[in-house]
Amino acid sequence: MQSIPIPNINLPVPFAPEQASTFAPHVDALYVYLVTLTAFFTLGISAAIIFFAVKYRRRQHGELPRPIAGSMVLELTWTIIPLLISMTIFVWGASIFFKAYRAPNQAMEIYVVGKQWMWKFQHQTGQREINELHVPVGARVKLTMTTEDVIHSFYVPAFRIKQDVVPGRYLQTWFEATKPGKYYLFCAEYCGTNHSGMTGYVYVMEPAAYQQWLAGGTGSESAASQGQKLFQQRGCASCHQVEPGGQQGRGPTLYGIFGHTQQIEGGATVTVDEAYIRESILNPQAKIALGFQNIMPTFQGQLSEEQILQLVAYVRSLAPAGQGGAAPGAQTTVGPTTGGIPPQQQRMNPVGPTGERQGSPAPQAPPAGNTGNANRQQ
Amino acid sequence: MSTNTTTAAAGTREWRSRFPTVNYLNADYGIWSWLLTKDHKRIAILYLISVTFFFAIGGAYAAAIRMELLTPLGDLMQSHTYNKVFTHHGIMMVFFFLIPSIPATLGNFLVPLMIGAKDLAFPKINLLSWYVYMVGGVLTFAALLFGGVDTGWTFYVPYSTNFSNTYVTLAGLGIFINGFSSILTGLNFIVTVHTMRAPGMTWFRLPLFIWSHYATSLVMILGTPVVAITILLLALERVAHVGIFDPALGGDPVLFQHMFWFYSHPAVYIMVLPGMGVISELVATHTRKPVFGYSFVAFSSLAIAVFGFLVWGHHLFVSSQSVYAGLIFSLISFVVAIPSAVKVFNWTATMYKGSISYDTPMLYVFAFIGLFTIGGMTGLFLAALGFDIHVHDTYFVVAHFHYVMVGGQVMAYLGALHNWWPKMTGRMYPEGWARFAALVIFVGFNLTFFPQFLLGYMGMPRRYHAYPVGEPVWQVLHVMSTGGASLLGIGLLIPAIYFIWSMRYGRFAPANPWPGTGLEWRTPSPPPTENFAVTPVVTWEAYEYRPIEEMQVIGPGAPDQPVGGQHPANRGADTEER
Repeated sequence: MQSIPIPNINLPVPFAPEQASTFAPHVDALYVYLVTLTAFFTLGISAAIIFFAVKYRRRQHGELPRPIAGSMVLELTWTIIPLLISMTIFVWGASIFFKAYRAPNQAMEIYVVGKQWMWKFQHQTGQREINELHVPVGARVKLTMTTEDVIHSFYVPAFRIKQDVVPGRYLQTWFEATKPGKYYLFCAEYCGTNHSGMTGYVYVMEPAAYQQWLAGGTGSESAASQGQKLFQQRGCASCHQVEPGGQQGRGPTLYGIFGHTQQIEGGATVTVDEAYIRESILNPQAKIALGFQNIMPTFQGQLSEEQILQLVAYVRSLAPAGQGGAAPGAQTTVGPTTGGIPPQQQRMNPVGPTGERQGSPAPQAPPAGNTGNANRQQ
Repeated sequence: MSTNTTTAAAGTREWRSRFPTVNYLNADYGIWSWLLTKDHKRIAILYLISVTFFFAIGGAYAAAIRMELLTPLGDLMQSHTYNKVFTHHGIMMVFFFLIPSIPATLGNFLVPLMIGAKDLAFPKINLLSWYVYMVGGVLTFAALLFGGVDTGWTFYVPYSTNFSNTYVTLAGLGIFINGFSSILTGLNFIVTVHTMRAPGMTWFRLPLFIWSHYATSLVMILGTPVVAITILLLALERVAHVGIFDPALGGDPVLFQHMFWFYSHPAVYIMVLPGMGVISELVATHTRKPVFGYSFVAFSSLAIAVFGFLVWGHHLFVSSQSVYAGLIFSLISFVVAIPSAVKVFNWTATMYKGSISYDTPMLYVFAFIGLFTIGGMTGLFLAALGFDIHVHDTYFVVAHFHYVMVGGQVMAYLGALHNWWPKMTGRMYPEGWARFAALVIFVGFNLTFFPQFLLGYMGMPRRYHAYPVGEPVWQVLHVMSTGGASLLGIGLLIPAIYFIWSMRYGRFAPANPWPGTGLEWRTPSPPPTENFAVTPVVTWEAYEYRPIEEMQVIGPGAPDQPVGGQHPANRGADTEER
């Protein structure tokens, strides 16, 4: 969407939250436009009413004004001009929307699980947080979100982003924070008794401070490594190969499967993304990989949303070198040149807004950014 | 002809000189003459009383909300209680006040009068619709009293099906039943307008009030069954876990939102279209001019009714709906705004070179146009996809729909009550007090809801029991809002008092006090049970102002009616009748 220039406003707007993301200036600029339009029409109509009400006030009890039936020219004028004006708003609003919902191909990924009444965050590097989210300034952060119970909505006013979190689905949103600080995080969809307590903060940190925060983590394992343990414990390994080149088990080999297109029974194809892996764990018979038996048991009710996300992270990590992100169990090490992003994560975690790919592995997986749209079209 | 109330008092002489001896109010006595009446005017009064009752309850809940939000901490009531309070406020106001208010009271009273009919097409069904409404209202009210509901008036799943431990099913049953009352009223209006218009009352001579009620009735008939089914499915899901909405059973929680808004967005037009019809009448009557661009105003009502069914998805921009669906819904939402804008421009143009009175109904017209413009324009904010992401589910939305619902619909309702009060009761309301109340309501309303736009843009989510202590500006805005709400409450109490007062002490109303051009003004105030002594024959266009002395009661002059200015156009018909 870089091709369409979206107007920005970088001045502080009265009665607006801080502008702390790349969307905020866009939304504020549209806001200023809309407020101006509203003021113009409201004041214009009010002025006309007051003028008429004074000028043509009833002066005699029995007066009878000359009737005026109407005017086609005027009717067309005030149909077409407002229509054209409203189309400018439509296009402007839609272009911001596209930018907000087309998640970038390369971003720092964080898993989010909503739960009555808290927000749980899981970084790929293993850090877990509740009601607090630490992110570096200037990095693109993509959130993959679901909920354990009811619908919630992830809302950070300073970033001007909001996304409902719906049970049974993975939904995505992203942002790029532009200003270090501490910003409100709200649940915006009514979710029960303590809805107004389901709040927290997003901490946007300078790269150096973010490094420190990462290093101060309590030696946590990465999400993929936790997923690997679950993979062993739940017996997934007895059917699914995870090494390259091995013989197929009773289930499809998972090595390198993430991001690829999989043929399924019935002739259709499906992109192996977070949503497909989740579905295959909870509802295995829904889309069976071509050539395999319908023998996998469901894990519905046996895994929490967080555990499923760990398994997803593990499957995702089983990719050819350079494609899959962190190897399971890799410890967080930080190189100063990458602005706070672990080197193993570089493919997923570009720091600059341009986000060029590191290296060019041969079979390029479809960009993960498509998963958001695939989800949305269900 | 009864003359049982004769005394020597001057008031009675005036009464005798101005009232027809028998009208719909004194035609019969006793509670059963009201509870079993088939007269559309009496049913309208029954609705007026019950709608006012539910409005008062909804208002009391609003007062509780505003009290709680005076301080950032949730210190007046517990979260669970607060959640019930805003749910009850929404349910009462939306389902039992806003939807029936204008159609069931003024629509019931005026539709037959305006088209020159003796009653609605199905008088018994009309009475049934009031009973259905009362059963639904009492059931829902009982659910609120016995334990309450804490889901929000939107009943989003899976919270309402699998998590809320409150009286969701009972309240849903009440709303389900209430829906039939809407359907019956809509059906009655459509058949009546099609089949019972007086001779000469062609479609394009109909008052715009009738056009807007016709459009409203279409929405009621086509939309209400969908919410009935949705609530039924919700109850099934809650009681029997059938798995339509529950993702764990293969259901889709967002499907509920689609079904709910498929009705509830058009329901917004059920609420505001009758108000638009009222404003068209009021602006014509109180400027003594035909509505500018009659056919554009008439067809814009139908356009709103049709397009209103195609925009429900703008409530789901951040609900995981497809981006492309979002685009289409956004586009159509901008289109549906145009007919509303056309109406506003036409009403304004009607005032040009008019004879504008400052009577209370006209003051409400001024208020309506200004506030509805703000309400409508902020609807464009919310229809803009990228902007909605930020303000969705915040106080900005709350402010927007209150500007449309209270600033629009309630202003129109109050204006209509003042305009037709003389017709309904035969008495005038006190003009000075009424103007004062209109001013208080206007100021109170803006002070209540304007700060909420700012709160919303600053990020305050709706349905929050508490808000951050570290935001003093938020509290200042909330205090302003609560202060405004107090003023608004007082402003609404004043008419409640003087309307009741006027029924006994008000000045006697002539048949056509303003005067207006509609057929309802061409019969005595209050009208006789059969509405017109003779069936009127319409030979004039809508809003065609004749010299005022010509706009008199139609029909053979009874001894108690002024007969001097019988409409010349009807002399032929009268002679036949005699």
